[in-house]
Parts: sequence; C-alpha cells; structure tokens
Amino acid sequence: MSEHYRIAIVGSGPGGLSAAARAAERKLPHLLLEAAAHLSNTIFRYQRGKFVMAEPGVLPLRAAVPFEAGTREDILEAWNATGKKLGINVRRGMEVTAIERDQAGGGFTIRTSNGTTITADTVVLGIGLQGNLRKLGVPGEDFEFVQYQLDDPGEYVGETIAVVGAGDAAIENAIALAANNRVIVVNRRDEFARAKEGNLLAMLKAIEDGRIECHYGSAPLRVECAEGAKPGLLVLETPKGETQIPIDRLIARLGATAPRAFVEACGVQFPSNDPVAVPQLSPRYESNVPGLYIVGALGGYPLIKQAMNQGYEVVEYIVGAAVEPADAPLLKAKFAGVVGFRDVDAMIARIQGAIPLFADVGTLQLRELLLGSDIRTPKAGEPVFLKNDFTDTFFSILDGTVEIDLPDRKQRPQLGRGEFFGEMSLISGRRRSATVLAGAGCVLIETPRRTIMTLINSNAAVKAAIDRAFIQRAVQSRLFPEGSTAQLAELVAGARIERYKAGDVLFREGEDGDCLHLVRSGSLTISREIGGREVVLSYVPAGNYVGEMALLGNSKRSATARAAIATETIRLDGAAFNTLVRRVPLLKLQLQKEYRDRTAANVAMQSMPDDGDIISFLISQGAGEATDILLIDESLCVRCNHCERACAETHGGHSRLNREAGATFAQVHVPTSCRHCEHPHCMKDCPPDAIHRAPNGEVFIGDNCIGCGNCERNCPYGVIAMAGEDAKPPSLLAWLATGFGRAPGDPPAEKKKGSAKSKSGKPKKAVKCDMCKDQPGGAACVRACPTGAAIRITPEAFPAYARSRR
Amino acid sequence: MPARAASVRAALAKRGASRHESLLRVAGARYLWVALGLSALALIAYLADRSTPVANGGTWLGYTLGTTAALLIVWLMLLGIRKRSYASRLGTVQGWASAHVYLGTALIPIALLHAGFRVGWNVHTLLLVLMFLVIGSGFFGVFAYLRYPAFMTRNRDGASRDAMLQRIADIDQRALTTADRIDPKLHAIVLRSIARTRLGGKGLLSELRARDGSVAAITQIREAIVERQTVLAMPAQPVQAPAAGQTMFAMVDYLAHSQDDTSIGNLRSLIDLLAQKHELARRIVRDVQLQALLELWLYVHVPLSFALLAALIAHIVAVFFYW
Repeated sequence: MSEHYRIAIVGSGPGGLSAAARAAERKLPHLLLEAAAHLSNTIFRYQRGKFVMAEPGVLPLRAAVPFEAGTREDILEAWNATGKKLGINVRRGMEVTAIERDQAGGGFTIRTSNGTTITADTVVLGIGLQGNLRKLGVPGEDFEFVQYQLDDPGEYVGETIAVVGAGDAAIENAIALAANNRVIVVNRRDEFARAKEGNLLAMLKAIEDGRIECHYGSAPLRVECAEGAKPGLLVLETPKGETQIPIDRLIARLGATAPRAFVEACGVQFPSNDPVAVPQLSPRYESNVPGLYIVGALGGYPLIKQAMNQGYEVVEYIVGAAVEPADAPLLKAKFAGVVGFRDVDAMIARIQGAIPLFADVGTLQLRELLLGSDIRTPKAGEPVFLKNDFTDTFFSILDGTVEIDLPDRKQRPQLGRGEFFGEMSLISGRRRSATVLAGAGCVLIETPRRTIMTLINSNAAVKAAIDRAFIQRAVQSRLFPEGSTAQLAELVAGARIERYKAGDVLFREGEDGDCLHLVRSGSLTISREIGGREVVLSYVPAGNYVGEMALLGNSKRSATARAAIATETIRLDGAAFNTLVRRVPLLKLQLQKEYRDRTAANVAMQSMPDDGDIISFLISQGAGEATDILLIDESLCVRCNHCERACAETHGGHSRLNREAGATFAQVHVPTSCRHCEHPHCMKDCPPDAIHRAPNGEVFIGDNCIGCGNCERNCPYGVIAMAGEDAKPPSLLAWLATGFGRAPGDPPAEKKKGSAKSKSGKPKKAVKCDMCKDQPGGAACVRACPTGAAIRITPEAFPAYARSRR
Repeated sequence: MPARAASVRAALAKRGASRHESLLRVAGARYLWVALGLSALALIAYLADRSTPVANGGTWLGYTLGTTAALLIVWLMLLGIRKRSYASRLGTVQGWASAHVYLGTALIPIALLHAGFRVGWNVHTLLLVLMFLVIGSGFFGVFAYLRYPAFMTRNRDGASRDAMLQRIADIDQRALTTADRIDPKLHAIVLRSIARTRLGGKGLLSELRARDGSVAAITQIREAIVERQTVLAMPAQPVQAPAAGQTMFAMVDYLAHSQDDTSIGNLRSLIDLLAQKHELARRIVRDVQLQALLELWLYVHVPLSFALLAALIAHIVAVFFYW
C-alpha cells in the first residue's frame, strides 16, 4: 500500500518550497520531494556568500516563506527555518523517475529512484531547468567517495582522485585538483573533443608534463569499497584490458540530463522543438495534463520571486480558492490610462478580441507578455519611432491607427486596429526601416524583444503570422515599394524562409541562378575565385537582396554568397520574380541600376584582392554580426593605453575594453571590446531582462542587473566583466599639482580577486561597453586616442574601409 | 520628439571618421595650413616692419610676436591636461595632438622673428635654446610615433607580451624538468639562468633592465658537457671541444656524435627549449625597447617643457622689470 497525499510537490526550489509552505499553512496533506540531500539545490550550489537579488523590484512577494535580497546563506537559512516552523513534509534524496496519471481516478502515481511509490491527487512540478546530474551508471556509483560535483578544489590535498568525464567541467576540476593531488582522468573517447580550446590546451599540456594521468578510450566498469590505505577501488575497462586503480575519491562530471525529456514523459506537451519553448499553461498554472501544475523556471518564470508567488497561488487554485494573481495591481496600473478600462480580466479579453495575433495565446502567457509590455497612447501625429532608430520593440495596435512615413511615396500607408508593426527590426536586429506616426485615438502595446521572442518561440501560430507579415512587408519595402499587395501575391506566396549557419553557401559562382535571397537576419559575404583563392568582394547586411544579377541576365551566378554569421533569408522563386519584372518595366530599370553600381564596386574590389582579405579577417573575428566595432590601426597605435584609461575614467573606474587582447591582420587590430551585435548573445539569458538596446544602437546593461554572470558566459567575444561598485573619478588638477593619489584613468584600489562581492559588500554587477551613450561627446576611447589609431565603424563601411587602407 | 530626431542625427554625425588617418593628416592636415599661415603672416610683418634699424622684441611687432609665442607655449602645454580630461567635449585628442605638432613647429619661425635672430649669453637665449630642445624632442616623438608602432606589431607576430611571457614560463618549467632528468648540474645551470632572466614588469625601469639568461645557460651547458666528456674520455684521446662561436645546431650535431651518452635525446630537447626561449626573449626585449622608444622621449620632452615655462616667466619678468 503506497502513501497518498492531496498535493505532491516535486522539486524544492523557490516555487516548490513556496507551494509546500502554503500547503503546510493550509494544513493540506502534502509531500515535498527533493532529489538532492538539501532544499533548493540550485541556490544551494551558488558560490559561498553570493548576493542574491530580489528582482523585479516592483512585483510584491506573496508567499508563506520569506524572501528578500541578501546572501545565499541568509536566504537558505530563512527558508530552512520557515520550512521547519510550518512543518513542511519533506523527503530529501528522492529523485522522481516517473509521474503517471491514473486512468481511472484522475490521481497520479509517482515513482522514485529508490523504489518508493507515492500517489497524489495533484502534482506541482517545480524542477527548474538545471536538470539532474548524470551518474556513472555502474555498480558503486553512490558510494560516499563518489561525487558528482566539486565546490572547492582546495579542500583536497594529497589524495588520489579519479576524474571521469571529458567536458569542460571535468577538465577544470582535474586541473585545479592536480595542484595538490594525484589526478587520474578517465576519458571514454580518444580525445577531448567537447572541451573549449583553452581547456583542451591546458589539459593536453598537463598530461604531457605528467601532472595528470589520462586513460583514453576507457570506461568505468564498477566502483568498489576497498580495505587498506585507499577507501575505494575503481575498475576500468581500457583498450588493453581491465585495470584497477585504488583511489581516495572519484569525481564524475558527466553533465546533466535536461528536464524536458522527463517533463514530456509525464505527458506535458511543448508547443515547439525550440530549446527555449515553455509548456502551454492555463491561467492557473495547470498543464495540458489535468491536475499536473508547473511553476517556476520550467514554466518560463526564471526569477525567484515570480516562482514563489506562483507556488503560493497554485496551492490556492488547487483548493479552489479565488486569488487575484500578484501581478494584478501592476497590470491595473498599466491599463489605467486606457479609455474604457474596468478591470484586468475584461481588458485581457478585449485585447484577445481586438488583436488576432493574441487570440489564441493562453491567458497566463498574455498576462506575462503584458506585464513586460508598455501601453502607449501617443497623440495623433507624434512619432512612435523614427527611421534609423535602433529600437527593437514590437507594437500591436489595440485601438486607432498608425501611419508609415515613406519619404519616396506621397501616400502614407496605414495600419489599423488589430495589426502589428516593428517586426522588421525585431527580426533583423537592424535600425528601423521607416518612421511610424501615431494616428487618431491610438492605443499601442509596446512589447520588448525578449518578451515577444518568448511568445514567438512557444506559439507556432504567432510565429507564422509574424513571419508572413515580415515576408510581405520586406518584399514590398525593399524590392517594390510602389507595388500593390495583389501584384506581389504570387512572389510572396512562393517565398520561403531559409536558415544558414556561419560559413554555409547560399549559391556558388557558376551555378544556374533560380532564386533571389532577401537577407532577413544575419549577413553575407560575396566572393569570387580569383587566382585560385576566394576573394571577398563585398559584405551584405540584413535588409538587402542578393542573386538578382543572374536572374536579370538569365545567366550563371557571377559570385559566391556565403553566410558570414548565422543568417536567415527569404528565398524568392526566380520564375515568379521574372514574371513580376516582365509585368513592371520600372522595377527592371531600378534593379538594373543597382546591378550596375554593384558590378562597379565589385570590379574595384577585384583589382585589389588584399582589401578582400581585410574584410575576411574582420568577418572571421565575428564582425559580421556587429553593428559598431572598435578597430585599432596598430601602425598608428603608440600603446599609450589612453583608450582604456578614458573608458575606465568615464565608467566608474572599470575599463570595458582590452586594447592588447584580440587578433591583428595587416596592422588592423580588433581589440576585446563590445561590437553591439545585431542579436546580442548577452541578452539571451538575462533573468531580470536588464540588457537593452538604446535607440542609437548601444547595447547596455541596466541598473537592475542581479550579477548572475550569464551574459559574461554567453558573450563569445569575452567583452563583459563582473565589476564592483563604481569609483569616483579622481581630480585631475589635484593629481597634477601634487602627484599623489590616483591619476585619471588609473584603476581604483585593487580588490580581492574572484570574490563575488566588492569591498563594501555590494554584489558585483556585469559591466560592458555602452558606446558612451551617456557621454555627450561620444565614444571616449576614440576621442582620447592621440594618434587616431582607434575608430569605430559599422560593417556596412567595411568595403570602403578596406579600400582606404591601400 | 524632434529632440530625439536631432539626437539620432547628432549621434550619426559624431561617430567621426570611418577610416584611419595619421595625426599629421587628420582633417585634411588642417593645422598644417594654420601653422603655415601663421608663420607666413609673421614673416611678412617682419619683412615689412622698418620701425627700428635692428629688429628686436621691444617694438610693437616684437611684442605681438612675443605674446603670440608665449600664448602658444601655454596652449601647447595644455595638451597634457586635455589628454587626461577624458570626458572633455573640446575636440578630439587626435585633433589636439595634430595642432600641437604643427603649431609647435610654427613656434620656431615666430620665436626667431621675435628675437630678431639675435642671441647672447643670457636668460633670453636660454629660453630659445630650451625651446629648440623641446621642439627637437617633439620631432623625435613624431618620428617615433609614425615609425615604431608598425615594427612593434611585426615583432609580436600576433602574440601579446603577456602571452610571450607565459610561454617563456612554460618553457622554463619544461626545461627544468628535462634538465633534471639529465644531470643535477644542468638543473642548477638552467635554474640559475631562469633566475637571471628578467623580462616584463611595469614601468620604464624594469623595461630598460630586461635581460635573458638563456644564452649564458647554453654556454654553460656546453662547458659542462665538455668537462664531462674530458673526464669520461681516456686521457690519451683528446676531446675535440665545440668552438665557442658554434651555433646551437652545430652543437646538437656535435652531441649526436658523442654516442656514449644515453641522455642525448633529453639534452637535445633541452637545447631546443633554450633556443626557443632565446628567440622569444629576443622578441620580448625588442618589444620592450620599442615600447621604451615610444615613451622615453616624453621623459625629456615634458620636464624640458616645464623648464621652458619657467624660463618663459623669467624672460617676461626680466623684460618688463629690468630691461
């Protein structure tokens, strides 16, 4: 006979713990299951003393467990104490392996790894996104001396330690442990293929120097307890046969299993295969499996406070209590200015009725979207955004109209109630292509990029609708502004979106041309084979088209088009295109003019193949996805470091630029400094959504940064650092007069390295180049360079720049 | 909203040049023309002036030229403040530097015309001499700025100085391990050579003191080998020692012939390592020298400028109180 509960809660993170606490408060029969030996494993594994933020500040906390910004230790202690006080029924070390819905009664059967079976009426799933650590999968994997993580390598001295795994975590652990221990690495394969370049080199060197022993092509067979000097015995299968190694400790770093497969096995459906997709939930956090609720990061809510509120609310919903969601007052405040606003639920119904794009979006997801959005009511004639602005928000029209201002057309096209705009910059990551002016009685919902991207990735219908509109508008605005929708219908109907990885070829020189590509996001290089090598002739950013040359002349491709970075294009069918061109002679003339200009530029580049090498070099440095990049001419740079000093001086003492680091080609140096990518990698996973793009294109980090370091890890160019609080700039005159103290541009007094906190106890926050958006004079690094070695340019200027370096 | 449109336009405008220009050619060498104009103007006025039979600083023209020169000197010295005022919106530092070079040069004709080409053993001529020294050191600075940066890049060959130092540290470690496998004596030699090597560090002093002990180590290793061979060999068979000037490759050849030593392989790789280190160290020393050349002249130029300013004050005081 198995145990039965009203609510079973899986995972004791902020969401699960809060749900359990509320259930305990309400004296409901409940059970909290945690796979680790302690509560809230994700937060438990934070670095010691890490300061945990309580973003978003405006959202009130509603939970039976306290939570406010503080150190990891304070927070865990408060949670443990409250859990004890409320009498939460918790079982640690219980990894749930399956959750099955009983066909008859509607309850659930939960199985755990140690064989226990539990039944429950409802299940709250709050397992987060970290996943479970993969175990060895051989007998003895749970002995005390076998561990699956390593917090402090300095803890172990003089031991014999086997490290199993070949990823970055295993390598970093092995190298750190090798300082004071004998380390044996067990690698299932013949090489360290999965590791980062730096780790790989360090590992191979450590093996070569004899600091680490490595068994290649070997796998553990079993782990045994041993009598004698060493407590353990690792039995390995090596290419030469079985080997036994006495060990003090075994550390297996085999990665984690993503929770998605488990969640899907429970019957929960995900709307798409995209890794960021979140399961579709009801307004009461119920998944498509009745009685199975999902809270926290797994449901798409990565912040602690959100998860805790949901944990509380979900218990209320389960017992049938009416509870106004914690975000209701915030939404109320947002809608207060809209004419005819009564209450939040009616407003959400009105939005779903008015805007077809949101008609099929779940209420919960729409609430979240609205919570992240702004309601704007601009006066008639006021611009919503301007052409060449670098904003990337998405607008939906709740009421009224907007006009699109196209300079070369007399009549301004209008968009009305229920339509949307702003998708061009959202998708391409480039400047706004036109100015949009508000019409009469205009009510707009402005949604930030990340919020709308979450929706696009988890709702196929929304994605399809936006893609359709994008193709229609892109073809119209870029190829044929005068054309009517009807004229373009055939071309648009045959259009497809195609995706290319960096380096993929769209078409090759000499092939037959059967289509035209409009670059939707990313960028391309155009190259030709000259003297046996590929010479780059030009760079094509998003918003332009390629491949029309072969179509117009009905001949072979004259050059090769290659994706410079991950790129999406709209592929337009050649036959439909030619039909359109035959029907509209004007279009042909216009295309022929562009064709001539482009040919002239290409011929100019062909005469100097070395210029193309400079473009190739810049593309290889990732400049293809840049919107603004700092370049240093090393033949002018006198290494005075005034660029770095100027940066530090204007940014709280922390330079966001490393002049010396980075690659150089033909005296052109790409220093380690932010390029303000079209689709910034740093924005990808920012829990408080603190990274934004300013209208002039600057990607910057806001004050609500929680110091988690995700952006630092996600940036492929290493331009983000974690820095303590700002230092006041020293006085130039005082320094000149006395020679004492900090000179302008000097770094502030050195703080202890590696500490998560700065000297005064404030948490470190992420810092990066903001292109001096708050400096009236412009980029300080460029303006402080005495020899003109530092300039900032946009990728569109690469060909001209390359020509200027002859 | 028009304000925002203006700010977008301003942002697009302030992004500046999208090509690299040397400080002599910035903005179409604008300050070259300013300096030439100023000098020509001074020369014409000088030639046209017939107020005194012998030109001197006491005439109206003399005062005008003198005041111009004094103001120029003060302004030229303000570059030191401007280039440290990182938030300043007063032009770019490159523009200032370009003007500094050209207008500094224009000081030569203006000051000479002011002095009426007369010199003597007095504080006034001291001022003139100091001025020439400052301008001369400045010319060297311009020369250094235009010439050495490209050398530096070529010498570094894509590696940063820190990366080169890191590689040297790696080589040292491997050399020690290898030497240890051969002979404790070699280990001591390698250790000593490492201790004697001094590369990197911050500041001019450590830059000038850079040195590399690997050549000495190679010499000592050679001596040690010779010694051992002499001891091992029969007294009747004289050993042909490697000549002092022999290259390292010749030494390896020589070692390959001495068949009785089992650690030849190790020795060969040790010498290989030391040769690699020597090459790296040579590049670092060159890097340090170039860096020093780019900085060293300022240690003359700036203090002399202050001496010049002091002499200028003395000159003005002397002229107005004791003439």
